[in-house]
Amino acid sequence: MLSGLACGLLLACTALAQDMPTGTGSPDTAAIAAPVIAQVPPPGPATGVTATDAPNDDGEALIVSWTASPDDGAGLRNVSSYRILRAEAGRPSGAPFDTVGLATAGNTQFIDGTTNPGRDYIYVVAALAMAPTPGGAPVEVSVQSDPSQPVHSRAQWFHTGRLNSLFAVLIVGGAILYFIARARSGKSLFIRKIGGLEAVDEAVGRATEMGRKIFYVPGTQDMDEVQTLAGITILGRVAKVAAEYEADLEVPVARSLVMVTCREVVKEAFLNAGRPDAFNEEKIYYLTDDQFGYAAGIDGLVMRDKPATMFYMGAFYAESLILAETGNSIGAIQIAGTAMPAQLPFFVAACDYTLIGEELFAASAYLSKEPKLLGSLKGQDVGKGIILLTILLGILLTSIGAITLKTSELDKLGWYNIGQWFDVQ
Amino acid sequence: MRREIPTFIAFFVGVICIIQFFIPHWPFGTMVDTFSDWFIILQSFAIWLGVLNLMKVSLERSLSKKKTHDRWYGFVVVLSFLLIAVIGMFFSGGREFQVPGSRFDYLYVNVYTPLSSTMFAILAFFVASASYRAFRARSWEATLLLAAAFLVMLGRAPVGDMLTQWAPEGAHMSDIANWIMTYPQVAGQRAIMIGIALGVASASLRLILGLERSYLGGD
Repeated sequence: MLSGLACGLLLACTALAQDMPTGTGSPDTAAIAAPVIAQVPPPGPATGVTATDAPNDDGEALIVSWTASPDDGAGLRNVSSYRILRAEAGRPSGAPFDTVGLATAGNTQFIDGTTNPGRDYIYVVAALAMAPTPGGAPVEVSVQSDPSQPVHSRAQWFHTGRLNSLFAVLIVGGAILYFIARARSGKSLFIRKIGGLEAVDEAVGRATEMGRKIFYVPGTQDMDEVQTLAGITILGRVAKVAAEYEADLEVPVARSLVMVTCREVVKEAFLNAGRPDAFNEEKIYYLTDDQFGYAAGIDGLVMRDKPATMFYMGAFYAESLILAETGNSIGAIQIAGTAMPAQLPFFVAACDYTLIGEELFAASAYLSKEPKLLGSLKGQDVGKGIILLTILLGILLTSIGAITLKTSELDKLGWYNIGQWFDVQ
Repeated sequence: MRREIPTFIAFFVGVICIIQFFIPHWPFGTMVDTFSDWFIILQSFAIWLGVLNLMKVSLERSLSKKKTHDRWYGFVVVLSFLLIAVIGMFFSGGREFQVPGSRFDYLYVNVYTPLSSTMFAILAFFVASASYRAFRARSWEATLLLAAAFLVMLGRAPVGDMLTQWAPEGAHMSDIANWIMTYPQVAGQRAIMIGIALGVASASLRLILGLERSYLGGD
């Protein structure tokens, strides 16, 4: 029966494909070119088309919903997709609708993210079927729904799906600010030793004694990456010690803006060390933006110059091990720091000291010993404590729920599953 | 003013970005998009700083009187740069320079891509040498790491399950490897991720509030 249907559609659809302009259609015709395909039943239309304002957005989206065609997954089973057509309300009669998107068969919802806030729109959904042609590409046949009621999108003043994030920001931010204020008032704060940062003086001193260079690699990312900023902060300290020891510091970089910033930081560090004359901006130079080109450039420099000390501080990707293993092969003392979890094992394996994740961000406070910066570290600890307690509470409640309700499926645990409170949209 | 203006810009942009996360209403989203556009424009212009610096340093090296290998490397950098820039700009069909089949595309596919792939491929050897060092049983922790790595590697290969065919269901080598990767490994990684997230939040707050200004130069 289906093959007969396809044959019947054949001629009609070829004519249809030529007549119908792509991307537009008129909602006023229930079944397009009905006289031509009268002998073949087209797919049933989608019904009950409605549009509603999308929540938590800037007013540029509407959600279009419809009831599936009776031939979508049932009946003739020939619906392949739905075309969503839109027009502004109050348009001249007969004006064409614009195509705003496609939804595959089985879907009954589409988000139109191209609306203008305040304008009224009406929508039509066309059920599409593909008719096969012998030896050629299938042709499309479509049936349109009745138009929806006019609706307009609106911008919201608060993203309700992010209320939990707001609480988290207020609690952690509040704790950090509280401890900063407390540190400013003179309260002493304990901070544990960070091996990698304690070793900075030793590493720079070693290079001085050996009369070899120090290489400082501030990652491969730009100034919009907070890890790069953290790396540059540590560079200031390294440069100051290098200036005091009269060591030879070189900073090959992968980004132009990082080069400019590093020059400023190193210049200031030399000035603070009382050796502005020793600053040479040519020692901070650009290699390339390309990830492996940068790795190759540094590897070449390392093999030729054989530096005594290497620092890797910032954001790294696959080049991390290439750099660290090359440094290791020439026997350089290596200190690394990154917040890229996938690269940490490589640095741990190849370097003498590694600042793991948060230690990289703590470096500036640790090195400067400024109370206001140390206070922020204490605030972080409060955040960690809250997260730890929440994890323990989650384990406890989930376990109780699983035992009480005799299920291990999270969806069925109801309020016992407190993990749902932490979903961020 | 040299430090106050950048600090104010950092504060203003940072606060708007935070507000935009919670308030989708105009003008915050538009402002954040504009800030991103400005950064891209700045980046694009800054490329010239990098390129000019690269040419200067490389030319100085290649023209240096010191007879070192650096002279030749500097020369290769300048020559390669000029070659790809001139061919891309003048001999590859203008704006169509990236179209497959153009001279620029030929150089990209046959010179640049193999060079990048070679550097990436070297990683395999470095992984082997780093693993050799990392898995030496010098301490209790290193021995634990060695044992875990041994079980995971064995569990990921068909021979692991073959060797443990006798074991009850759920205790084959692949099951043990999956358990190590799903529980102890994920737990460790999440602990690091939580630390990183809080570290980023704290560092960002310090930058936005102007408490952390060492990236502007000085302490």
